Amino acid sequence: MIFDTLMIIALCLLVLAIMANLYRVVKGPSSADRVQALDSVGINIIASIAVFSVFLHTHAFFDLILLIGILSFIGTTAFAKFLERGVVIERKR
Amino acid sequence: MITLYLFIFLPFIFACIVPLLYKYLNRQVHTGWFVLVVPLSILIYLLTFIPAVASGETFEYTFSWIPSLGIHITSYVDGLGLLFGLLISGVGALVILYSIFYMSKVREALHNFYIYLLMFMGAMLGLVFSDHLLAFYGFWELTSVSSFLLISYWYERKSSRQGAMKSMLITVFGGFGMLAGFIMLIMMADTYSIRELIANMDVIQGHSLFIPAMLCILLGAFTKSAQFPFSIWLPDAMEAPTPVSSYLHSATMVKAGIYLVARMTPIFGGSPVWFWIVSGVGIITLLYGSLTALRQTDLKPLLAYSTISQLGLIMSLLGIGSLAVYFGPGESGTVFTVATFAALFHLFNHSTFKGSLFMVVGIIDHETGRRDIRYLGGLMHVMPITFTIALVGGLSMAGLPPFNGFLSKEMFFAAVLDVSKAGIFGLNSIGALFPVIAWVASIFTFVYCMIFVLKTFGGKYHPERLNRKVHEAPIGMLIAPMVLGLLVVLVFFFPNVLGKYILAPALTAVLPMMTVSSYDLKISAWHGINYELLMTLGVILLGGLLYMAKKRWLPTARKFPQGWTLNHFFNEGLLSAERWSASLTNRYMTGSLRHYLLYIFVFFVLLLLGSLLWFHGIRFDFSDNAMINIFDAGLVICMVISALTVLLAANRIVAIVALGALGYMVSMFFVIFRAPDLALTQMVVETVTTVLFLLCFYHLPKLKRTIERISFKWTNLVVSIAVGLTVTVLGLSANGHKLFEPITSFFENSYKLAGAKNIVNAILVDFRGFDTMLEISVLTIAGLGVYVLIRQRSKRGKEHEAE
Repeated sequence: MIFDTLMIIALCLLVLAIMANLYRVVKGPSSADRVQALDSVGINIIASIAVFSVFLHTHAFFDLILLIGILSFIGTTAFAKFLERGVVIERKR
Repeated sequence: MITLYLFIFLPFIFACIVPLLYKYLNRQVHTGWFVLVVPLSILIYLLTFIPAVASGETFEYTFSWIPSLGIHITSYVDGLGLLFGLLISGVGALVILYSIFYMSKVREALHNFYIYLLMFMGAMLGLVFSDHLLAFYGFWELTSVSSFLLISYWYERKSSRQGAMKSMLITVFGGFGMLAGFIMLIMMADTYSIRELIANMDVIQGHSLFIPAMLCILLGAFTKSAQFPFSIWLPDAMEAPTPVSSYLHSATMVKAGIYLVARMTPIFGGSPVWFWIVSGVGIITLLYGSLTALRQTDLKPLLAYSTISQLGLIMSLLGIGSLAVYFGPGESGTVFTVATFAALFHLFNHSTFKGSLFMVVGIIDHETGRRDIRYLGGLMHVMPITFTIALVGGLSMAGLPPFNGFLSKEMFFAAVLDVSKAGIFGLNSIGALFPVIAWVASIFTFVYCMIFVLKTFGGKYHPERLNRKVHEAPIGMLIAPMVLGLLVVLVFFFPNVLGKYILAPALTAVLPMMTVSSYDLKISAWHGINYELLMTLGVILLGGLLYMAKKRWLPTARKFPQGWTLNHFFNEGLLSAERWSASLTNRYMTGSLRHYLLYIFVFFVLLLLGSLLWFHGIRFDFSDNAMINIFDAGLVICMVISALTVLLAANRIVAIVALGALGYMVSMFFVIFRAPDLALTQMVVETVTTVLFLLCFYHLPKLKRTIERISFKWTNLVVSIAVGLTVTVLGLSANGHKLFEPITSFFENSYKLAGAKNIVNAILVDFRGFDTMLEISVLTIAGLGVYVLIRQRSKRGKEHEAE
């Protein structure tokens, strides 16, 4: 019982963190702030999925954790490249 | 009786051979000579029916066409059909003979002409011998189509095309009305056969669809027979070659409506509506046609209006004759039977004299190059034979002895005098108008007949007005009108032969319930001095005076304002219908996607929300729902914030980022609801989509890249809120209405059934693998599509560079 309560509290805190990040996404004066915040949302989601898996006693979501890690990296890189160069995939010249 | 069948379809069969004959033999022989065989053989064949039909026999032959739907082509020969069949084949033979000399072998596309003509002949024969309503309708439309083709025979002329289009529009409009009426009849009596309809008369007469069916059928009859106000197509149809005008627009096709009214008389006759519409419209048409004919200077339109007027006469006689059904067999019924007899008699007479008159006009046109009476005159000595024929036809049309028109006009006067004394259907008060209108119209008829004959052939001969040397027509051209003229005279002297063998059986077909002794139907040229004779004398006297004084009033009559003609109304109506529909279409087809989406969404909301409210479908049931955790709520709030950010974003990058956040949150929801596979996929797809958005973003055109908020529109807000509300209400209501247990338990056996521990994957590739396959193909198509789009664009880009 205590375990479950702990897990739910942890999840709630993570959701609060996501909300805080979203504030940055919405408000963020520059695009870089927003992208940073989005990356952080991704990491928070990874954490909450991990906590949720523990809470449910399942390892069905472990793949997802890895995937989000990769994708959030790719996404952030793409954004970064876009913000820097204006294109995501450069043509060979 | 299969031979009957063969003869009805003979024109169609022969029409297939005509092009071959034309191609291989036109150099030597005029194609018309071959075609002439068809109506002649049909005529001879039909003549063999006369003795049997005159003794009261009928013949029928049924050919099953679509037996499962009860559709057959039933050929049925009785007196009425035979009368029409003889007219069609007889006048058809004469017209083809005439056309051989009228249509040039060198200049004209004869194969087209004869194919259309044969098609028309076959359709008309099929029409008059059909007992099945739908087959009747089929042949009816075929006559419209072939008439359209024949009117536009010289299709390079604008007026031909316009005339053809007008006649097509009007007759097909009426044809559709008739079809609706037929379907109502079929619904009422549950049979397709006209004879069985007549047998089930009492069922039909008590039915609530009786009047609508009658009106629809009459619409068809009136449009085809050029009754007021549908008569406007007939004068314009005069752009057809003259043999066509002579055949279709005087002798046969325009009588199809008469035939229909005569056929339907046993069913609808006896009701006041039928009487008033048929005889009322008929007599108005009679007056209108004769008045308008006076104003014409071109001979063919003059004859066209006279045809309209004569058809009105026949129609009103049929209306008066339908009173016989009301009275039934007996003294007063017999009086009106004579009216129907007169209608049939005049129908025959009109075919003879009007056919010959049209041919005369054709000869004049052919020999002088003019059809306008202002240029013609004094042709009496140049073309004596043509003049004689025209005189015979003209005087018969005017109703003078010793020609057949006299007999039928006397009978017409007798009928209108009788009807004014009938004393039913409110005839007491306005019944007296019938003889007056008939008499006045007859005077006008007399005057235009005189104009036709005397202005063309009388007076001075002006060779300088005609652009060629005028001489008598070749004998071949004269044979056909001579035969018709001879018939006109013969029928006057021996009317009872025709009456006994052809008209009496036809009368029995129109009024099957009447038993009429042959004494009543004796046609006699002289029956003492009575009202009818006095009326005819009055017609001659007044008509003669009017003709003498025509210089005084005719120019005024011709100055009738164009804005008040029916033609003007029709053309204006067509134009304004086009304008109106164009403006309507332009008003709502704005070309703006926003508007179309607005229509779609508004319709969606109205339909779904409306039906939910209408059927009291809104019921929320939360009893089965799971608890909402605090982090569920937190996630929902996060999603709402991201969604609102997308809407209110000041630039596109913000919107894209917020959309990505929304997608990630959705995948979080999949996790909470225990859907790992979905969450995986959603994650990847979301990332890819975001990257794609970024790609697109860069390629937006420069002009639009000005960063701005989405402009605010009230309609958009209202519609979007309404759509969201509808979907929410629908989803919540559907959730509370679970009627059946879900079938999940079956898929839970996936390990036993498919050897898979992952249910989702088992469903995707095993239980419902078909969907997956198609989705794979969707992805393939999308990929190919993108590839092709990019390739095409880059190729075009290269071409541009090359330029």
